[in-house]
Amino acid sequence: MHVPDGFLDAPTSVATGVVAAAAVAVSLRGARRELDDRTAPMAGLVATFVFAAQMINFPVGAGTSGHLMGGALAAVLAGPWTAVLCLSVVLLVQALLMADGGITALGTNITLIGIVTVVVGWGVFVLLRRVLPARTSLVAPAAAVGALVSVPVAALVFTGLFAVGGTAPVDLGAVATAMLGWHTVIGIGEAVVTGLVVASVVASRPDMVHGARPLLAERELETRAVAAS
Amino acid sequence: MRAGDGLHVEGRSPVHRAPAHLKVLALLGFMLVVVATPHEAYAVFALEAVVLLGVVALSRVGLRRLLPRMVVELPFAVFAALMPFISHGPRTEVLGVTVSEPGLVAGAALLIKVSIGVLASLTLAATTHPQDLLRGLQRLRVPELVVQIMGFMIRYLDVVTDEFGRMMTALRSRGCEPRSPRHWPVLARSLGALFIRSYERGERVHLAMLSRGYDGKLPT
Repeated sequence: MHVPDGFLDAPTSVATGVVAAAAVAVSLRGARRELDDRTAPMAGLVATFVFAAQMINFPVGAGTSGHLMGGALAAVLAGPWTAVLCLSVVLLVQALLMADGGITALGTNITLIGIVTVVVGWGVFVLLRRVLPARTSLVAPAAAVGALVSVPVAALVFTGLFAVGGTAPVDLGAVATAMLGWHTVIGIGEAVVTGLVVASVVASRPDMVHGARPLLAERELETRAVAAS
Repeated sequence: MRAGDGLHVEGRSPVHRAPAHLKVLALLGFMLVVVATPHEAYAVFALEAVVLLGVVALSRVGLRRLLPRMVVELPFAVFAALMPFISHGPRTEVLGVTVSEPGLVAGAALLIKVSIGVLASLTLAATTHPQDLLRGLQRLRVPELVVQIMGFMIRYLDVVTDEFGRMMTALRSRGCEPRSPRHWPVLARSLGALFIRSYERGERVHLAMLSRGYDGKLPT
């Protein structure tokens, strides 16, 4: 669910637009380090994957449904810089070609969904990777916790933006409580799906999971004799 | 309709033929004005709506095609409808129900702004082909790499979403209901497979581009 035009006032929208543009500019340099000259096709295909993954709705209760944001998922699978780029491009395409999320709110949406979820999701993931024993089987749970934390934090940042540039005289405490409660439920769904997806990729192609690469480097090639029957 | 075409509707109207970069700038400028319009300036809102409906009429896309797509604003319409009840401030009575007066005003303004925004965005999407939009963004000096990534995304959107659709069909034909949390593990494994396939497709595309002389820039 993306923020539409008119939800936040013009100065706030412009300010988040500047933040989003700066973050995309920094990510462009970072993504070149992650993907070198493969950036355009690889990030394009990962963005397409994120778009497809966002089409999955899960019931949140009360007849409504949330969908995957994919920030933490994209960060663990493709690397944080690429993830920011991919999610920003997905949001740009959704705003300009699907009328999903307003054009003046594009900066807000990129800041919330593209930057906050990726930074928080990746930050928590790296922290856990450092603390937990270095085993590839722990990559997926760490990614799930990252996803779980990232969604309510994005909701909190939205509440902050709403406090600065909201256009409704609503009690802020009520907004914060509602947003946090709602997004904790969405965060649980996000965590389960993120963890399961990362686990399935780690099981078959661990070399593709950006977040698992430091663990793979420590593995040594084993040669075993297998009895032929 | 294919996902890769966005919401584009073929046409030869002046709105369709206008350069894409001007349309994007016009939409951005128009929406900034709408967003900055004060809550109770209903005459200004009416003027903005007339301008927008004029452009829609000029594009000959037809409101009948655009209106059903406005359902994307539904969650926010619900929020706008709730605002008179959850806002504070002096109370007033409407149709026998006591509601907050500033909440009512803000809710109405939000509903108007969101509706104008969604209809304006739909008009841009309906009258601009994705390829023209890419060229327009290029002219607006959007970083080359962002335009390229967006180009690849638009080009492979149908390929990847179709692939995903076939996986879902295969799941359903085996009695799995992807929406139910009970089957999330199966769904997640499919998503994992989709990621691997997308990633490998990206690598193949990159190699194919290299073998055709790609040096970091797309030939125009």
